[in-house]
Amino acid sequence: MPEPTIFELSSPGRTGVTFPTSDVPESPLPVDFLRSDLPLPEMSEVDVVRHFTRLSKLNYSIDQGIYPLGSCTMKYNPRVNEMVARFSGFTQTHPLQPLETVQGNLYLMYLLQEWLKEIGGFAGVTLQPAAGAQGELTGILIMRAYHVDRGDTRRTRILIPDSAHGTNPASSAMSGYEVINIPTDPRGNIDLNFLQSVCDDRVAGIMITNPNTLGLFDQNIIPVIQAVHRVGGLVYGDGANLNALLGIARPGDLGIDIMHFNLHKTFATPHGGGGPGSGPVGVAASLVDFLPGPIVSMVEEGDEDIPPFFGFVQPAKSIGRVKSFFGHFGMMVRAFTYIAMHGPEGLRKVAENAVLNANYLLARLRNTYHVPYDRICMHEFVLEGRWKEVPEIIALDISKRLMDYGIHPPTNYFPLIVHDALMIEPTETESKDSLDYFVDAMEKIAFEARTHPEWLKEAPHQTPVRRVDEVKAAKELVLCCQPIDRE
Amino acid sequence: MFAPHTPSEREEMLKVIGVSSIDDLFRDVPENFRYPQLNLPPALTEMEVVAELNEIAMNNLPASEMPCFLGAGAYRHYIPAAVDALLQRGEFFTAYTPYQPEVSQGTLQAIFEYQTLITALTGMDVANASHYDGATAAAEAVIMAYHNFRGKRTQAVVSPSLHPQYRQVIRTYTQGYSGFSIVGDELAATEPLTGPDTLLAKINENTAIVIVQYPDFFGRIYDYTQIAAAAHAAGALFCVAVNPIALGLLKPPSEFGADIVVGEGQPLGIPLSYGGPYLGILAARKEYVRKLAGRLVGETIDADGKRAYVLTLTAREQHIRREKATSNICTNQGLMALASTIYLSLLGKTGLRQVAELCYHKAHYAAAQISKIPGFQVYSDTPFFHEFIVQCPAPVEEINDFLFEEGILGGYDLSQDYPSLPNAMLVAVTELTGKEDIHALCKALEEFHA
Repeated sequence: MPEPTIFELSSPGRTGVTFPTSDVPESPLPVDFLRSDLPLPEMSEVDVVRHFTRLSKLNYSIDQGIYPLGSCTMKYNPRVNEMVARFSGFTQTHPLQPLETVQGNLYLMYLLQEWLKEIGGFAGVTLQPAAGAQGELTGILIMRAYHVDRGDTRRTRILIPDSAHGTNPASSAMSGYEVINIPTDPRGNIDLNFLQSVCDDRVAGIMITNPNTLGLFDQNIIPVIQAVHRVGGLVYGDGANLNALLGIARPGDLGIDIMHFNLHKTFATPHGGGGPGSGPVGVAASLVDFLPGPIVSMVEEGDEDIPPFFGFVQPAKSIGRVKSFFGHFGMMVRAFTYIAMHGPEGLRKVAENAVLNANYLLARLRNTYHVPYDRICMHEFVLEGRWKEVPEIIALDISKRLMDYGIHPPTNYFPLIVHDALMIEPTETESKDSLDYFVDAMEKIAFEARTHPEWLKEAPHQTPVRRVDEVKAAKELVLCCQPIDRE
Repeated sequence: MFAPHTPSEREEMLKVIGVSSIDDLFRDVPENFRYPQLNLPPALTEMEVVAELNEIAMNNLPASEMPCFLGAGAYRHYIPAAVDALLQRGEFFTAYTPYQPEVSQGTLQAIFEYQTLITALTGMDVANASHYDGATAAAEAVIMAYHNFRGKRTQAVVSPSLHPQYRQVIRTYTQGYSGFSIVGDELAATEPLTGPDTLLAKINENTAIVIVQYPDFFGRIYDYTQIAAAAHAAGALFCVAVNPIALGLLKPPSEFGADIVVGEGQPLGIPLSYGGPYLGILAARKEYVRKLAGRLVGETIDADGKRAYVLTLTAREQHIRREKATSNICTNQGLMALASTIYLSLLGKTGLRQVAELCYHKAHYAAAQISKIPGFQVYSDTPFFHEFIVQCPAPVEEINDFLFEEGILGGYDLSQDYPSLPNAMLVAVTELTGKEDIHALCKALEEFHA
């Protein structure tokens, strides 16, 4: 039986919460503005709790097992982060309170800015962007403002490798730029010859992801950055894959001018079923004036007796505000806690173990699955989910069959430059046992593909629902529950 | 810290990989940049970090510990215990975007229910799976309108009484659209309190969208029928930014003829949390569904014919359309949308109305009491919901300093955004504001004046 919707569970006259009657005299309501009906469900608290508990059981989550969704860094979310983020000193502060009453928040944000600058090798950081994609938009608008400020208005192009996330070209287009695709060379690096052929004074910048979405550290990274800098362009780094570089290399040191961090990937803030994320942006010294404001700053240095005083400043040539208030503060508390618990050595261990785990999986799977760009990988790698001898099997079938083994599938059909891509990112929090279980399942599936291909084609069999009809969903378009009976 | 390998397991894994040390895995990283010394404090244990964070939190004064009259886009409301209890289920908060529907039906159905609740509140036909916040949802509405007219209409008419931060974000988002301009909000400098009629003259054949707020930033309730009709007569889209709690009482913006509804969903069961994460509401009439930014969940069936849910119309989105996508947004505010879905399920038809009425009655009581204090005047030309302007005898900053000494967090100083309103305070009242809080405020204001 499918789980009924809240509207189907509704029963007239029920409510899950009651409020006290007004302790002040009532005022006449604005009769011209009153709504005639409010078609919301009517449920008791126990109905609500059971409904959402049952719904939760239909999900797969990190808490249940390995979640090797490439490029998403689905690492374990420490419970202590949840606990501290719920301290009332954090949750009950209003964003417009006097600065004197929120010095704790500002101190935390200030330190987090400093730490992100240190980890990424940047001169300035804004914590405002809500997610990675908004960080990208922020970064490209900074790039645009930088060129415009110098009176350089000929630059109309952004270079983007063909392995990039879709958000890169979309963010560039939203900032008014034309996107030039850069091919990948046979080693999985940016095609340097092609890049050099399009580097001219029309280039505003390049957006690169390093390690790239093949999970490879770009061996041409330094010449790529130099080529773009030589023609006056800026280099944007997509920080989606920063987990591989913590304490290993700082993007700013490599010459990257702007980068967004994904607190929800690298620093273990929960993905929440698709948000909230948090996408702070770091920039080189020449760009700090363009950051969105306001930014937390130490406005008065303290001494032995008086603590420093923190406040907000507006960067001189700011692109403006990208979000209301100061960003996803609740996520900042969690990321702060995570970094504080790791320290410099701990962060490097995170990257080392993430890369170790990915290479271990790659080593164990390369005999069963074709690896199109086969070399030492970073925190993730990409396999082809298909075999010549069983042409009917595609990556989707492998993904769906993995669910029957109790495993969340890898990212599939991305990056676009690999046929039937299966992009696998185990993260550092998986044990060897868990990795071995994944390999066993992948090997069994490769065997089943040859002996019982229908087991894959019809998969999954063990999930709350079987393969869903996406075509019907898009064609018939039902985006709301059946309207409640309005008698 | 959270990595489980023992030294012998690491050795075994390195052997399988065929390298002798971890360092061998990083040979592609240019040597002169490898292994920077990070200047960060040494690692803390869980016990130490809890103590440290507790100390940091103690350096704040939570708005819950004193009478608080701050609103201006973020509101204190009572959040039933079941909301957070359910949010803390790992099955919800440690899952990611429901790309694989067979193992994500919980998230998908919850979003589908959220979409339905938002359409019920706003009167729109479709709602997306949520946006970052009210400000970014408003900016996306402008970009949606720009694309709706294929860039041929290059002007947005924005009300000066739309939240100042929403107006700022709209400007940031549209700076890459050359030739696109925003008009109307320049009135914020000269005629900040002007009503919607003043905007009528700004609407013309070049207008892509008209945006107003309901109740507006000053808490006022206007009938937008006429301005909606003017927008439509010029062929433009009409967008209303809403407070969802107010919609528990007030008629939905669909009745004015809204094409798009945006709003800040924070009042629906989401804590203040110093400004985020919040919830962006984005809904529209059905003819615009293919132009809507963000994720959408649709109902379908599985291979056995059983009802199921799936992300749909993904061909609009960046991972498929890349530079031609409707927006660059990737995720939504999944967990925040879930919070509001649980909140609205608990309150339901009667609870939401009750909260809205409590806000309304207490705000009107507060306004009536304050207007009795000599020197203080409540702006009362138009009906209001739970926020109102108090014209004060001195700069608001001064009054707020005095109130703070008396243990009260005063209202928002409007001069920060509206320099021509030097002594105007925006006072917000919700169901959590007690009669004694209102009396304490009035007493302090009387003392200030005396």
